[in-house]
Amino acid sequence: MSNQQLSTKEKIAKRVAKEFKDGDVVNLGIGMPTLVSNYIDPNISVFVQSENGVVGVSKASATEKSPNLVNAGGAPVGMIKGGVFIDSLTSFALIRGGHIDATVLGGLQVDQAGNLANWMVPGKMVPGMGGAMDLVAGTKKVIIAMEHVNKKGEAKILKECTLPLTAQGVVSMIITELAVFECANGQLTLTEISEDSHLEEIKAKTEATFVVSEKLHKHKGE
Amino acid sequence: MKVIKKEELSNLIKSNQTLMIGGFMSIGIPETIVNYLSEMPIQDLTIITNDTGVLKNPVDEQIGVGKLLLHKKVQKVIASHIGMNAETGRQMIAKEIEVELIPQGTLAERIHAGGAGLGGILTPTGLGTIVQEGKEVITVDGQEYLLEKPLQADVALIKAHKADTYGNLVYHQAARNFNPVMALAAKTVIVEVDELIELGELNPEEVITPFIVVDKILVKED
Repeated sequence: MSNQQLSTKEKIAKRVAKEFKDGDVVNLGIGMPTLVSNYIDPNISVFVQSENGVVGVSKASATEKSPNLVNAGGAPVGMIKGGVFIDSLTSFALIRGGHIDATVLGGLQVDQAGNLANWMVPGKMVPGMGGAMDLVAGTKKVIIAMEHVNKKGEAKILKECTLPLTAQGVVSMIITELAVFECANGQLTLTEISEDSHLEEIKAKTEATFVVSEKLHKHKGE
Repeated sequence: MKVIKKEELSNLIKSNQTLMIGGFMSIGIPETIVNYLSEMPIQDLTIITNDTGVLKNPVDEQIGVGKLLLHKKVQKVIASHIGMNAETGRQMIAKEIEVELIPQGTLAERIHAGGAGLGGILTPTGLGTIVQEGKEVITVDGQEYLLEKPLQADVALIKAHKADTYGNLVYHQAARNFNPVMALAAKTVIVEVDELIELGELNPEEVITPFIVVDKILVKED
């Protein structure tokens, strides 16, 4: 499938999937991050953990659906051979204890210090943090997968988050439909630009100060 | 005899009590018990639960903890997520109920502490966020943690797949979630099961919750 035919969310999901290595255990957040599993290289084994208590999530079978086999978003899923069920205590021991290689979460705002805000908008939306605060506190690599700007066209990658934080300095990487940033030591580095964007557009749509990587390259999403 | 009929719940659950209720969204909820409770003449309950369920339309098909909110039985909710049930948010904003949001892994560990005789737990989750407000920060070997205190309840209402007549429990798939940990942390533990089987029919290796913490068993009604 060429990139032109993909929606913005699919493009982001496809790029995120390239971050996974053979043998990784990953947790995919509700919504767009769940799409990432559609694009994982079929030649590698990536194990998906879902915080409601499943290790080894696979696609739901068309014929054998079970009401008790769902992911953390409540969507029906399947399970790989060798997959296991665990309780919430064990699930979050895996998450907080550093046993998960990567988590992919959405973001409302990320800032150049690697701070993340993705759980509430005061006075408007207070859904609760669910498992997000634990996921970002304990997972080795925190990938924020989000659209580059919000619905009003405002920057989401900021100098400083204005919404209540999910955690401080935890973001490893930001992947949007336009660009990829790496975040380390309180500094944001632009490492990739989507083939249908350019540096001027990234600068215009990013409030944060960032360094342009010497190795900057355009990715084709192939 | 641990096995009860639902009518006996009115002797076990009273107004102003703190209840733990197992489940994750609509999975692993003691539905028969919650439905009966929502019709009982009780009020001002404090509910400790992962989430307040999914608001369905029409609302009379509501399942789970949301039903207790709809019937105005609740004075306070302690949960990690309320975003799938707009009625919880409405009652919170209208100040009809109090809501305390806790990160999901912290919720599991606080309940565990309450059931395991621990004075609390130290977690990095929530550091530098509003979750930290009013809490003690303790440094261990140079790493900061929040002190999170134990949670206990008067009654835990949990859901298991099968029980024997002693109350040994096995769970089904992702319906395990918060149920085993809540079984440790309440003065009275009432389990709803899909199936009641004879003593000796469960493989002792498979039992997740041992009978000594289970007080009452109620067989699910369709």
